[in-house]
Parts: sequence; C-alpha cells; structure tokens
Amino acid sequence: MPTHTFVLNGEQVSVDVADDVRVLWVLRDVLGVTGPKYGCGLEVCRACTCHLNGKAFHPCSVQIKDIQPTDEITTIEGLPATVGADLHPMQEAWLDVDVAQCGYCQPGQIMTAVALVKAKGGALDDADFDAIRNVCRCGTYHRIREAINQGAANM
Amino acid sequence: MTATRRFNPDVSRRKFLGWAVASSTLVVAASLVPASEADASILSPPEPSDLFDLTDLLTDATLPTSLLVTVTVHPDGTVAYALPRAEVGQGLTTAVAMIIADEMDAPIDSVQVTLSDARSDLLWNQLTGGSNSVHSLYTPLRTAAAVARKRLVAAAAAQWNVSPDSLSTRDGIVSGGGRTATYGSLATAAAATQTATESVTLKDDAAQAVIGVAQGRVDALEAVTGRKQFAMDLQVPNALPTMVHRAPRLNAKVLTVANIAAVRAMPGVTDVGIVSTGVAVRAQTFGQCIDAVRALQVTWTGGTVNGESDATVLAKLKKAELPLLVPKVPLLTKTVEGSFTFYFRSNSPLETNCAIADVRPDSAEVWAAMKSPVITKQDIVGKLGLPGNKVTVHVVEGGGSFGRHLFSDAVYEAVEASKLFGKPVKLMWHRTDDFRHGRTHPMATSRVRATVLGAEVLTYEQRHTSVATDFTHGIGELITAAAARFPILGPLGFSEAVFTLTQNVSYNYGVTDQLLNETFTVNDFHTGSMRNIYSPDVRTAQELITDQIAKVMGKDPLAFRLAFLKDARLKAVLTKLGQVGNWGRAMPAGTAQGIAVHSEYKSRVGALVEIDCRPATVNRVVADGVTGPRVTKVVIVVDAGRTINPEGLEAQMQGGAMDGIAQTLTSSLHLVNGIFEEGSWDNYYYTRQWNVPPEVQVVIMPNTTSTPGGAGELGCGVTQAAVACAYARATGTMPTTFPINHNQPLGFTPLPTVPPIPQSPTDGLAHTF
Repeated sequence: MPTHTFVLNGEQVSVDVADDVRVLWVLRDVLGVTGPKYGCGLEVCRACTCHLNGKAFHPCSVQIKDIQPTDEITTIEGLPATVGADLHPMQEAWLDVDVAQCGYCQPGQIMTAVALVKAKGGALDDADFDAIRNVCRCGTYHRIREAINQGAANM
Repeated sequence: MTATRRFNPDVSRRKFLGWAVASSTLVVAASLVPASEADASILSPPEPSDLFDLTDLLTDATLPTSLLVTVTVHPDGTVAYALPRAEVGQGLTTAVAMIIADEMDAPIDSVQVTLSDARSDLLWNQLTGGSNSVHSLYTPLRTAAAVARKRLVAAAAAQWNVSPDSLSTRDGIVSGGGRTATYGSLATAAAATQTATESVTLKDDAAQAVIGVAQGRVDALEAVTGRKQFAMDLQVPNALPTMVHRAPRLNAKVLTVANIAAVRAMPGVTDVGIVSTGVAVRAQTFGQCIDAVRALQVTWTGGTVNGESDATVLAKLKKAELPLLVPKVPLLTKTVEGSFTFYFRSNSPLETNCAIADVRPDSAEVWAAMKSPVITKQDIVGKLGLPGNKVTVHVVEGGGSFGRHLFSDAVYEAVEASKLFGKPVKLMWHRTDDFRHGRTHPMATSRVRATVLGAEVLTYEQRHTSVATDFTHGIGELITAAAARFPILGPLGFSEAVFTLTQNVSYNYGVTDQLLNETFTVNDFHTGSMRNIYSPDVRTAQELITDQIAKVMGKDPLAFRLAFLKDARLKAVLTKLGQVGNWGRAMPAGTAQGIAVHSEYKSRVGALVEIDCRPATVNRVVADGVTGPRVTKVVIVVDAGRTINPEGLEAQMQGGAMDGIAQTLTSSLHLVNGIFEEGSWDNYYYTRQWNVPPEVQVVIMPNTTSTPGGAGELGCGVTQAAVACAYARATGTMPTTFPINHNQPLGFTPLPTVPPIPQSPTDGLAHTF
C-alpha cells in the first residue's frame, strides 16, 4: 500500500491508501475529517469543497496520488486557523445571517465563498452569485448571498 | 370544526397538570397528548400487528415516563430535553429550546435539546410530519417547564423560609428578599422523592419574552464549523463503508451474480453479499465501495414497472380520473376548466439515504435520521426476531428530509447487510441511486371545472388523480388522530384521509367538491409524502383556475380573491401582500406578477411573485444547468397563528419558495422504461443560484391565535401556485404541465444504468478556483 504525505489543516499527515482513492474518502474514511460532505461524488453538488494551496477544489474528483507532499489541504475544520482566529469572517457572517437550515451543504458553501471572494478581491455581484454551483436543497440561497458579502467586507 | 375548538384561544389561562418525577435531580414531565385526544391517538396500535412487538409496548408503557415528555434540570444548571421528533433542518430544536427557556425563565443556551431514541410507548407521537411538531409539543413543553420553575421556586422558598409568592425568576435565577440562587444550585433540593402531580398555570402570552423574538439556530455554530455530526460522520467501531449495487429497473430482484469472489478480492473490499434490494459491498472506503459496485456483474428479474414511462403512467392516470359531475346550471352559465399534469419529483435531500447498523446475534443498534423511528424499530424487531429491549434505535440529525425520512429505507438495508456480514456497516446510497431508487412525489393529474354566472361562481369541482402515495409509515394515523373523531377511511384508506384533511377550496365557489383517486399501488413505485404532500399541485390547479374565473368576470386577480375568500385571516394576508408586493405595478411585456394564497396546518400564507419570461432571460446559458423563465422577486406574507421564532419562520418560507419555484419551472424526474433518467444534481434541476430571485422578502403577520400553527411546508405550495399564475400572465398561456420544461428535450445525457452508478471524476485539479 503506497504512503501519501501532505499538509492537512497545517499539520503534516501520512496515509497508507491506494493511489486511486479520491481525496474525499481519504479525508472522511481514513483520517476521520468529516467537515467535507458527500453529496454526489461527481463534482456537481460541491458539498465537499475544500482548499488546496488556498484555492477551492473538490476532493471527490481528485485522486490521492495527485496530491504532493508540499500540498496544503484546508478543510472547514482548518479554515479559522488560516486567519488566526476562532472563526473565519465568513463563518461569522454565516452565523450573523443565520444561514444554515440542515447545515449539510454549508461547510462546502463557506469554503466556496471564501475562495470566490479572495479571487475577486472583494464583494460579489449578481453575476458572480449566479455562477455559484453549490447545491442547497433546503433553499438557503438568499441568505448565502447576504452572508457572502457581509463576510467579504470583513475579510 | 372540533379540531379547531380544542385549541381555543383561552387555553393559556387554564390550569395544566404535570408531574414531578422521582429522581436525584429535578425531573419534571407533562403528557404528550391532551387527555381529550388520548383515546384516539394512543390506544390504536397499528393493525394487522404481525410486526408489532406488544411486549415491547407494554414494557415501555409501564415506565413512569410513559407518554410523557420529561425535562431534567441538572445541578450544573443545564436543562435537558430529549425531543421525540427529528431535526432535519426545519429548526425544531431551536424552537423547542425557546419554548422551554421562555416558560422556565431560563437562558436559552442552558437548554440542551437532543433527539430521543425510538420510544415504543410513544407510538404515533414520535412521528415528525404534517408540519405538526411545534403545534403538538407547545403546550406539553410549556407545562413541563412551568412545573420545573414552580418546584425550583418552592425549593428556594423552603430554604429561605419565605412564601413562594415573594420570589421571582429570571435568566435561570430565583431571587427575593435580597437573596438569589441559580436553578442549578436548587436542582437537587427541587427533586421529587416520589412521583406526584403538580398543577400549574402557564404564562400569559403577553409575558413571553423569548417566544416571538428572532433567535439564531442553536446548532448554527456546529454547522458552520463542520462539527455538526450527521449519520455518516459518526465513528462507530468497525462500521465500514457499505454500498448497494442496485437494479437497472425499479424493484427488480437479483437473479445471479457472476463474480462475487473476484469483487471480494478487490482492494479494500471486506464483504460482498446479496440483500433484498441488490448486492451489498463493504470496504475500507466509500471510493472502494463504488469500484466494487461498478465491477459486479448481476442479472435481474423484471421489476414492478417494466415498460412504464411518463406517457403510459399518464394514460393510466387519465383512465383513473373520476368523472366531473355535470352540474345543473342555468343557461348563460360559463364554464371554466383545466386539466393539469404534475410529473414525478424527487424528495432527495443533499445527504443521501444512509444509516449505521450493528447487528449482533442477541442485539441490534442503529443510527440514522428518522421521522418515524417507532415504526422503524418495530420493523427491525420483526425482521430480526429480537426482543424489543434488545434493539436500540438512535435518531441522528438529518441533512434535509422533505418527506424522505418518513421512511427508513437505508436503515433496513443496513440492518440486513450487517446481519449478513456479521459486522457493523456504515451504509450510504450513491447520489445516482438516491434519485433513481429513492422516494418520489408521485405523478398526478388535477382536473378542475368551475361554472360562472354573472358575478357568481356556482360550482367548483376538482378531481385529483395520483400514482399511489405511500403512507405506510403512519402519517395517516397521526393526522387521523389529530382530527378528533374524523369519520374514518374511505376506499383509498389513509391517502383519502390525508387528502380530505389537508385540501380545501379557499373561495366562496358555491357547490364545491374535491376528490382523490389513485392508480398503481405503493409497491410499484417508491413514493411518499414530499414536502406539502398534495397541496402544491392541488393549489396550483386551483389558483390557475381562479385567475381564469377572475378573467371571465373581468376582475383583477387580487380584487377577485379578496371578494371571494372565505377566511378573514387569509383576507388580511392577501391585503398585506398586495401592499408590500406592490401588486399591479406597471411591468414590461413578457414579465408579470402572480399571486396565490393557501391555508393549512392552522396557518395562512400568501405569495406574490414576479417572473421574467423574455427571451434574453429564458435563453441564458449556464453549462450543465437549466435556465428558462426567472422568478425575479418573491414576497411571502405568513400568519403562522402564533410565531415562535420569526428568524426560523422566515427561513422556512424562503426555503419553501425555492421548492415552489423548482416545481413549477424546472425540477422533475423522467420515467423511461421502468427507471428514472436523472442521476445527478445537474440532471435533477432543483433551484440553483442562477434560478434564485434577486429579491426575496418575508413578512410575518401579528399573532392571530394563542397556539402556533405549522410552518415547515407552508411556503412550497403557495409559491408553486403563484409562479404558475405569474407565468400564465406573462406569456398569455396557462401552463398545464409541471414543471413547464418537462416535455422539452432532455438537457443532459442520462447516466448509464449498467453499471448502476458512475465513477467519480479524476480531473478535479483542473477546476480549482
């Protein structure tokens, strides 16, 4: 069984797992990091969204052999530490707007939002919102829009 | 209406009876069921009762807490309550914490609400459905909380040798005469040495300080930090990932498996075996389960709906439609009619069906999101032949439900696989299976005929015809029990009871009747209640015809409704809606407003939407997504009787609106030769950000009743109807097929049915952003 090494939420980790196992299952089933959720395994619903070297990616569609020892993976559990706080401003905004209903998609929504705001360098407009693909079956979309720009203002 | 009178507005000043339960710390209780309802809802176990464990019931029923909700005050000041309901996103744990905190004068963050394991003694009283939870728990919870407060005050009074009347409570503290004591410090002294009744008076509505004030969800921090645990996040020792290889047709059974041994030898795989629904595989990771499921070579029996497609089902529905009576109406009467088709829809949440099971020779334990855990437990007991007290059923918070978790399909599979393998399993459905084999809102038609003479509507008839809705989880019993002495059950059984008890005509339409008929059986398709059950379709048909009637009379849709509405609360909602939504404002051609109202679950709601059907909007291109007409604005006005949490009520209306938009415009399942085509969220077009209205506004009316009505489903049907009405007004054509895009060419290439699930992509690194 090959050993794979990478940086997870600031710590070096090594796992013995077959090359082709997708990163989502390495995180959830091998390492017990359950913030990233399974919603489709098809890179469609985006419930598993995490960050790879600061950019959003979907662990369900990346094989562990493609992750390098120097790669830094950040899950929702590690997001606050990226800003050296108890909560990331985007999480604070999510609380303030009381976005979550069932909460299942929200770690992925927040990770997507952080990456989009960073890439844009500020608040999103309607066209940016329309391009977000993350599914929320509870229909919290309106509050997500509200929270993203509140979070962006404090990032 | 007996059911309405029972919850009369004066209820708050009545004396209520609770219990102080013998314990080492303060434990108080109240009956979950008012005495007047007990005979209807408690003493009617399901029949036939071949799966029903009577011993289990009788054992639990003799416990001191039988049929009671108990609230415990711990010496550390926490107030604990094990809620006999599901939390699947509807915000129930927050509302319940608010109700307890308010009546006890305790801080809300001291109240800890967990989900109760299945309690056989509760029978139908542990079923989450029909938007009934807050309504049914409101008085029992307040009664228990009032008993707790009373005993804490009495304990302080005894310690200080003063009259209880001289003391007051606030924020979890008893005070008086310059002294204070926390609830926690009094919990042991307030405990009862033997169980005894306590009579209490509940707070005046006006004195409530928590109820009615916006409160963020009690689990919000857990949700945004990823710490909130769903069933698949639980770490149960040795419960390894497990998936099922399913049939290419609904309900087909395994005939042969060519390569079990070879698949068992695949990397990570520990077990492979045949279960009732297919071939189960257990492996170190779900990724390896997917590999194994795809590798299995299986042959199948025919299934239950082989050869059936949308068109053949529609033909059967048409054949089953009950005739519209030809009313005797005067000459010059105009007839307004319509025939509407509503295709299959999926109630799949974002969390797919899943469950953990640990079945041993002499015991079993399961973990899952369940809305009818007592029925589930009874079925497990029956399947395993174990005594009821050896089966533990843990209810876990769910990642959405929309009716899905009324059935415990994944739990039964997990139990079967765990028993077969002799090991614990963490069983999860693949997304593709969840759309194809998961529960659906059954396909239905609605025919409506109204007759109009001058400024009057003489008759209104509606014939709703549906593929059979599966109510075998007991919601029929719940609703039947809740409507006291409802004359039980016509030929369609619970379907008819549910239809009759939930559907109504909002308007003074002379002679009205609404009838249900069904075709197929619940064993043919996987159906069930989907959020708001019959209402979205029945209401959509009714509101579209209402607009047509108004047109025949030459009246404005809103003015017509105000003139014909029967109910004062609905009139108030509609009046407010017209004002807030700026009804009748000038809009460009190809865009329009639509309006609809609905009453259900002792609540009232209205929706005003604006839609844009112009080519530039309709023809927007989103890769792998559907665009079409866009709802640009939604205004909902809601009267939930008595609002517990305005923040949560608003959230439920917003979410329901997204469902309503999807069901009119985009989301459906296409049946082709016994299987649904959809297999991903890019096939099943639930509302996505590009369909979301830029403007969404919810207005909550002042309280109109003393007890809360239902809210979890309320926003769906009314929005679905309002969007349909807006579309009709924008395009000049009344839509008759829902969703409106169903019969357009498929916007996706269906995933194969063999192998049954797709492989995960490997090119994710090319899509970082």
